[in-house]
Amino acid sequence: MSEIKFTIDGKECTARAGQTIVEAAKANRIYIPVLCHFEGLKPAGTCRICTVRVGGRFMAACTTPVAEGMNVENNTPAIEDMRKEIIEMLFVEGNHMCPTCEKSGNCELQALGYRYKMMVPRFPYLWPQRSVIADAPKIYLDRNRCVQCLRCVRDVITSDGKHVFGVTMRGGKTLISIDKELAAKLTEEEAVKAMNQCPVGCILRKEIGFKIPIGQRKYDTKPIGSEIEG
Amino acid sequence: MGNLSEIVKKCADNYQKDPTKMLDVIRDVQAELGQVADDAIAEIAKQMNVSSIDVEGVVTFYHFFSKEPVGKYSVYLNNSAVAVMKGCYDIAKEFEKEAGCKFGEVSSDGKIGLHYTADIGMNDQEPSAIINDVIFTNLTSDKVKAIVADMKSGKKIQDTVKEFGDGNNQNALIKAMVKNNIQKTGAVLLAPFEPGTALKKAVSMTPEAVIEEMKISSLRGRGGAGFPTGMKWDYTRQSAGDKKYIVCNGDEGEPGTFKDRVLFTERAEMLFEGMAIGGYAIGADEGLLYLRGEYMYLKQYLENVLETMRKAGTLGKNAGGKSGFNFDIKIQMGAGAYICGEESALIESAEGKRGEPRNRPPFPAQRGFMGKPTSVNNVESFCSAARIMLEGGAWFAKMGTAQSKGTKLLSVSGDCKKPGIYEVEFGTTVQTLLEECDGRTAQAVQVGGPSGVCIDKSKYGNRICFDDLATGGSVIVIGPDRDILEVVHNFMEFFEEESCGWCTPCRAGNQLLLHKLEKVMHGHGTESDLQEMEKWCVTVKSMSRCGLGQTSPNPIQSTLKNFRGLYEAKIQKGKDFVTEFDMAAAVKESCAAAGRKPDLGEH
Ligand SMILES: Cc1cc2nc3c(=O)[nH]c(=O)nc-3n(C[C@H](O)[C@H](O)[C@H](O)COP(=O)(O)O)c2cc1C
Ligand code: SF4
Repeated sequence: MSEIKFTIDGKECTARAGQTIVEAAKANRIYIPVLCHFEGLKPAGTCRICTVRVGGRFMAACTTPVAEGMNVENNTPAIEDMRKEIIEMLFVEGNHMCPTCEKSGNCELQALGYRYKMMVPRFPYLWPQRSVIADAPKIYLDRNRCVQCLRCVRDVITSDGKHVFGVTMRGGKTLISIDKELAAKLTEEEAVKAMNQCPVGCILRKEIGFKIPIGQRKYDTKPIGSEIEG
Repeated sequence: MGNLSEIVKKCADNYQKDPTKMLDVIRDVQAELGQVADDAIAEIAKQMNVSSIDVEGVVTFYHFFSKEPVGKYSVYLNNSAVAVMKGCYDIAKEFEKEAGCKFGEVSSDGKIGLHYTADIGMNDQEPSAIINDVIFTNLTSDKVKAIVADMKSGKKIQDTVKEFGDGNNQNALIKAMVKNNIQKTGAVLLAPFEPGTALKKAVSMTPEAVIEEMKISSLRGRGGAGFPTGMKWDYTRQSAGDKKYIVCNGDEGEPGTFKDRVLFTERAEMLFEGMAIGGYAIGADEGLLYLRGEYMYLKQYLENVLETMRKAGTLGKNAGGKSGFNFDIKIQMGAGAYICGEESALIESAEGKRGEPRNRPPFPAQRGFMGKPTSVNNVESFCSAARIMLEGGAWFAKMGTAQSKGTKLLSVSGDCKKPGIYEVEFGTTVQTLLEECDGRTAQAVQVGGPSGVCIDKSKYGNRICFDDLATGGSVIVIGPDRDILEVVHNFMEFFEEESCGWCTPCRAGNQLLLHKLEKVMHGHGTESDLQEMEKWCVTVKSMSRCGLGQTSPNPIQSTLKNFRGLYEAKIQKGKDFVTEFDMAAAVKESCAAAGRKPDLGEH
């Protein structure tokens, strides 16, 4: 495959044809924040945190392929503040009680909040009423914590191609849900996979919890993104 | 249960259990059962061999599908901005009084359901409503009384319509009280059209020559974005694919537009010929008309036009007499969702899914309907293409301005004496239009619908065209006595509800903008609230994925710019912070329970 030359904030980078801006940036050790993105899954572009500016236009870096000669603006004050706004929007749009959440320390939303030095969201809390789904045998869905990344929708699919997770409603009422019959048939492996790919504490495997103590978890020791920046 | 599964099976079988027909199956199930509850959803999933969550996702996405009972007669009253101006809430009260239930409810006998809905494409004859697919316009208290009485007596709803509108609204297959209100005809769209002629001309040329003619005309898409039609057809033609599609965007969802409705009614042959011309140009043998659910009342008529065209040889095998050009058109009904006007959401919806836009690239011209190269064009664009074939691209390009050639249909509504359809040359000023429609006293004009701009008097000299005031056709005249902020609020509620929910800035951002606007309107705002609102508008526009989110803050943004005084009059000047918290309201319930008077002392 031919090599592509492009820049991120003026730094010269190279990429393989077909790579997205997020993938190419990572290969060049530049961190573009992502939340809905999950390696191996078709990009969805739901959270918009990875938004960059190219040629005066804003676009999601996770869904846009790099092109020869592209000049990507990534780490500018205006873009960084809009990203912070997106993170804050996600916090006020759901009901996130970090201290009581099993995912605390492993949560990508929380980690982004730290990385972006969010103290208090600038937006008023919306306090939506969202019910939990507790009647599936292996998994538990606390939809208060859902950030609508659609990772579970994209990846948890039965062998005959049916979605186990799906999206209902629209607008501000949009809510993730499950096919109860299919969810009841999830194997141990699938249930754990669903939990592990959830960036927040929305999908949890029942009966296991706090295996790793808070304080020793992934983002308790190193900020999100540092694995890319080295 | 036996009965339910039989009904669902019958509906699914009617569409060969084809999952791309999901919207049709759900519509039919709802028509039979009056709702699509969990048991019906599970049964549909079983019959169609998909997951029940996917079915529920579709049912809960579209406005006209419901898990709750909608009533044997389901009244959908429009409450978009112009309907409010024309008194839809008085009409609502009348419905509630007569039907004995509130909006959002169904009468205790299950007969009458009252629901609000966004713009139904009748802005020039508001207040209006849809009842079981039948349109009721210019509603008055007396009309409501008569309608409810008929519903209570179990009359067929169509029989309640006694007067019909003009032109084809009287056609036996339409029989609607809808009026065309054609106020001004022009050379392209509303001039007489002789069926069969345009396609005949096109197929006498090569497809390349057709595209060349379109390029010479400089026709730009009439759906809003203004992309050159000739170029779009060229790209789609060049795209590799064993099959290609022509899709007509008949979603007409932007509040305030209703011009496509008039074209469907009066220029259906011209539209379908335009689609066939597009099909010939790009190398497609199938066309799809995506028709908004609100226009169900036109479906039978349009199907009949298609049938007549097949019989005349304009469609079907050797279409237009061109041997080897086999082209036919199908109609797909929508089910109430503004976002389905966005072309990739439309395609998703036409494939039987939730109307969520797709990421691009790939563009529809590369991978569209069923993954094949697809050209999506607006109704008016196709009609213009038909005329261009007859009169030539150069003829067309003589009209209009440098960047905007030809004529445009404007849907004019609101506070003017002559609402309706105006076919004008591009470059017409707002002032000229206001004189023609007799809306001279306007304090503001909303050009391009909620996603467009709200302009004040100082800009009435501006011209309607892509290089100045771009519009898909909606022009709303706002008279001197109106509260512009109420209009802005109505538009923001619309966007908040119509966001597909996919991406954060649009889904959450529009809720937050709406809250902030309400805070200011209630007198709790300060200067910093206005500044914050300005900033959030930019964030939502910049970070959103599709055209909906990218334009949804426009009502606030353009009025903050052009009518800032209205906001300033509402805020608490010189204060940095005003609490939104209302102590008296917060303790009201608990005080009532304790039988105490609230002691609000100091706080
Ligand atoms: C939220 C949204 C709603 C839209 N609604 C319509 C519509 O109702 N009708 C339409 O023709 N185009 C609509 N569009 C524009 C379409 O995406 C697309 O550009 C158009 O159908 C292309 O046809 P044209 O090139 O003939 O204009 C909408 C776009 C957005 C973002
Ligand atoms: S901008 Fe709004 S309508 Fe468009 S994809 Fe995002 S959420 Fe959906």
